[in-house]
Amino acid sequence: MVTAVAVLTLLGLALGLLLGYADKVFAVEENPIVKEIESMLPGTHCGQCGFPGCSGAAEAMVAGDAAVTCCPPGGRALAQALAEKLGVDADLSGMSSEPMLAKIEESLCTGCCRCYRVCPTDAIMGANKQIHVVFADACTGCGKCVDACPEDCIAMQPEQESLDNWHWPKPAAA
Amino acid sequence: MFGKLKIRGGVHAEERKEQSTGLPIHVLGIPPVLKLPLRQHAGRAADPVVKAGDYVLKGQLIATSTGADVCASLHAPTSGTVTAVGPVTAPHPSSLTTDAITIEPDGLDKGLESLESGDPMQLSPAEIADRVDQAGIVGLGGATFPAALKLKSGARQKIDTLILNGSECEPYLTCDDMLMRERAFGIISGARLIQRAIGARRIVAGIEDNKPDAIEAMKAAAAGFADVSVQVIPARYPMGSAKQLIHAIMGREVPAGGRSSEVGALVHNVATAFAVHQALYDNRPLLSRIVTLSGQCIDTPRNVEVLLGTPVSWLLQHSGGLKETPARIVMGGPMMGQILRTQDVPITKGASGILALAEPEISKTESSPCIRCGSCVNACPMGLVPLEMARHANAEDFEGASEFGLSDCILCGSCAYVCPSHIPLVHYFQFAKGELSAKREQTRRGELTKSLSEARNARLEKEAAEKAAAKAAKAAKAQAAKEAREKAKAEKAAQQEKEQAAQEVKAQANEESGA
Amino acid sequence: MNQLVSSPHAHNRSSVQHTMLLVCAALLPATLYGLYLFGWPAINLFVLCLATAIGSEAACLKLAGRSTQSCWDGSALLTGWLIAMTLPPWAPWWIAVVGTLFAVVIGKHLYGGLGQNLFNPAMLARVGLLISFPVEMTTWIDVTPITSAAAPGFIDSLAITAGITPIPDAVTGATALGHVKTALTMDVTVPDAMAESYSAGSAFFGNIRGSLGETSALLLLLGGLFLLYKRVISWHIPVSMLGTLMVLSLIFSLANPDRFEPPLFHLLTGAMMLGAFFIATDMVTSPTTSTGQLVFGAGIGAVAFIIRSWGSFPEAIGFAVLFMNAITPIIDRYFRPRIYGYTLTGKPINTGKE
Repeated sequence: MVTAVAVLTLLGLALGLLLGYADKVFAVEENPIVKEIESMLPGTHCGQCGFPGCSGAAEAMVAGDAAVTCCPPGGRALAQALAEKLGVDADLSGMSSEPMLAKIEESLCTGCCRCYRVCPTDAIMGANKQIHVVFADACTGCGKCVDACPEDCIAMQPEQESLDNWHWPKPAAA
Repeated sequence: MFGKLKIRGGVHAEERKEQSTGLPIHVLGIPPVLKLPLRQHAGRAADPVVKAGDYVLKGQLIATSTGADVCASLHAPTSGTVTAVGPVTAPHPSSLTTDAITIEPDGLDKGLESLESGDPMQLSPAEIADRVDQAGIVGLGGATFPAALKLKSGARQKIDTLILNGSECEPYLTCDDMLMRERAFGIISGARLIQRAIGARRIVAGIEDNKPDAIEAMKAAAAGFADVSVQVIPARYPMGSAKQLIHAIMGREVPAGGRSSEVGALVHNVATAFAVHQALYDNRPLLSRIVTLSGQCIDTPRNVEVLLGTPVSWLLQHSGGLKETPARIVMGGPMMGQILRTQDVPITKGASGILALAEPEISKTESSPCIRCGSCVNACPMGLVPLEMARHANAEDFEGASEFGLSDCILCGSCAYVCPSHIPLVHYFQFAKGELSAKREQTRRGELTKSLSEARNARLEKEAAEKAAAKAAKAAKAQAAKEAREKAKAEKAAQQEKEQAAQEVKAQANEESGA
Repeated sequence: MNQLVSSPHAHNRSSVQHTMLLVCAALLPATLYGLYLFGWPAINLFVLCLATAIGSEAACLKLAGRSTQSCWDGSALLTGWLIAMTLPPWAPWWIAVVGTLFAVVIGKHLYGGLGQNLFNPAMLARVGLLISFPVEMTTWIDVTPITSAAAPGFIDSLAITAGITPIPDAVTGATALGHVKTALTMDVTVPDAMAESYSAGSAFFGNIRGSLGETSALLLLLGGLFLLYKRVISWHIPVSMLGTLMVLSLIFSLANPDRFEPPLFHLLTGAMMLGAFFIATDMVTSPTTSTGQLVFGAGIGAVAFIIRSWGSFPEAIGFAVLFMNAITPIIDRYFRPRIYGYTLTGKPINTGKE
């Protein structure tokens, strides 16, 4: 009886020490997930999330201060990926399923260049007094140009379905 | 290690070819409208060089393949007026639109004047490739890869064997069969031009053993040339797939991720070879193609030569029509062809057949659970495990599906053809491939926007720095001027002080002397 | 016509139902012979198994909220049929019912239904019954053809199946496998024990004591060949399973003929033939690739030989099949076909050219 108690106590102590030691030796220095989250974000520092740039948003998300849904350019897909990565539940109901793109209504554009100046990815082309065009490939859908436009001629629209981006839907369940 | 003339897996599908080989190729007339999509080949869309209202002649270039990337030019199939350059419904399962040139033929079929003559066999390899490029020829077996690019890359590599693909393994389809029967000499002539362009030592025409008439015709046409031979290969789907055909004829496999040139082979379809012949001997660019009309609902199954851009509905009406309402209309063969959800779409360069299939001919759309019977594993010509790929795709684990070789899948449909549970395996693979490519596209875009944003920030910083520098310079200048002014002032003040002192001294002296 | 469907648009017209019914057809000769040999009680048992299988399948589908239409896909029928084949011919009704319910409900539907089960349901039932009810599961009735005077009539058979009339000891005995096993424990040599209980001829034709449908090696072999001819099964599992067993038993019986039975004895007794062609080849629970199937078959042959030779049960096919079922996912993971253009190790083929 005494031996058994002694053995188990010793064993517990030894294992406890081992674990404590391992915790110190193999301690992870900093939180690597912030870097990972930052790499997932668009990286355009558009500021729509309310944080200073994407790195700020990444830190806030890891700390739990920001929702994973706070990045409109990333859209639903990014929110889903972030929620998975951070292991949180996300309410995706408010998010559009596809990323939105800016579209300039050419008949209303006066060529004032204001949208051109605020675009974080230089996705708007055009010169002074000329109609501006959005280069869809580079647009992140941040919406800054919409706010900047004095003519209200920019609208956010989901990407047009075309033969280039169409792909087969999932087969109906068996 | 692997026996020649055999492929792994595959299926022996019900051929149903005899239905459409009874009649000779019928040349169909000019339809009231032609719609020519700017992209009916693999790669980028061609640039239109005509606009609405233009009058075009038969054979006139209407869209060009400028630049070096993958593209093929387009020509007016007959004379007429361009009525529009804009979206039309694409011959695609999605029924989405694609940009096209619409021509209203005038019925006169006026052609361009023929310019060049002389023996094309005297042309240099590069000249042949250029002429093929100008003719807008693409792979007519279905892959629609621009033929000229294959000639150019072939010329750079060491190609031993030009394989003429006459296997036509898809059930129903007989357009290559009939072409070989009727125009074998043109095919061999075109093939010899290709051989010259790529510098191949020999030509081997691979023809499945279920086409004895075609084999005979091709042998007769090849008889005069020592380096051209006809190889009879067993009929087994998908023998006509380039990788499988190379394996059957050369006894070697194309390395993963590599091109057929790595085993010294280049594959061209017999119809492509014939188009090359027409382009160089007759100065006729690719304006039409042979299309197999078959299926239980077709009144007169046969092969027709149709102008590119001909609407499918018009084609069906003017070649005998439909006997009954089809359960499914397919463009291409039943194994890899695509469903057409509307008949209001044009015939394109890759359309090898129009099948109007009745209910008993088509596969069921309801599926039952997988019973892991392994039929799909045995049928796969690529050595994949389709059931596992589909299982992962269903769970939306696309990386898992890739691990089982999703990217090596050629979508031949052998697995789904034999599946007793009628699982739409190919649909799962299309779905997974689409999701993966969407993901890649998203990553590409993300990287693009990130670099654009960084470039912009760098630019803004530079601008700010420049502004600051300019400001600093200006400030420094002002400072210097100020300092100079102050110095002058100070000097003046000092002078004044001195003078004052001197005066004071003087005055004092005067005072002293006056006292 | 406007539904978005993918290629291929053609199909070879095979179906799950067709496959299952072909297997049932292949089982028919051996089954009919078994029913003839053991008379009305066997027929009762057979009908009970089929009815319970279909009924419980329908109930499970209903509970799972799926279409009950698929209870006619033949898979439940086949499970019930195979269980009947492996039962002692005069077993009481509850053996059939409990066994079949166990197979269908626990062995199949608890895993998610058709195609999802890890273990062969029929073998799960057989092993479960054997361990739970050893007496009922080892009461082997003498061969009493339905036309013979000793055979019970339909009414008498109902009493036997209901368990009211006990089966007299006088008309039962041991199977050849069981007899040799017992004899070995009493220091009787294998040749002597075999001489008392076994003749290759009657084992081949099936005129012996044993489970309802396992006795006739000949008819099962014919059924198996029919399935091979129809390409319902491939040769890999039966050949590797029987081959491994024969090689092992040949080596051991040559080394010590007094202790180990010869290859032919192994082949013709017990559930070996049924197992090789109908049980081990069950698609759901066997590997999907040819190489995997060879490994799987060899594994069953080896495990069966080990249990038969050194284990405490005379028959081993059920255990061997379940054992290999358990490692089928591992086999499937490691024995994949070589992909076109790659070497066996999964690297692109080197052509020696750049």
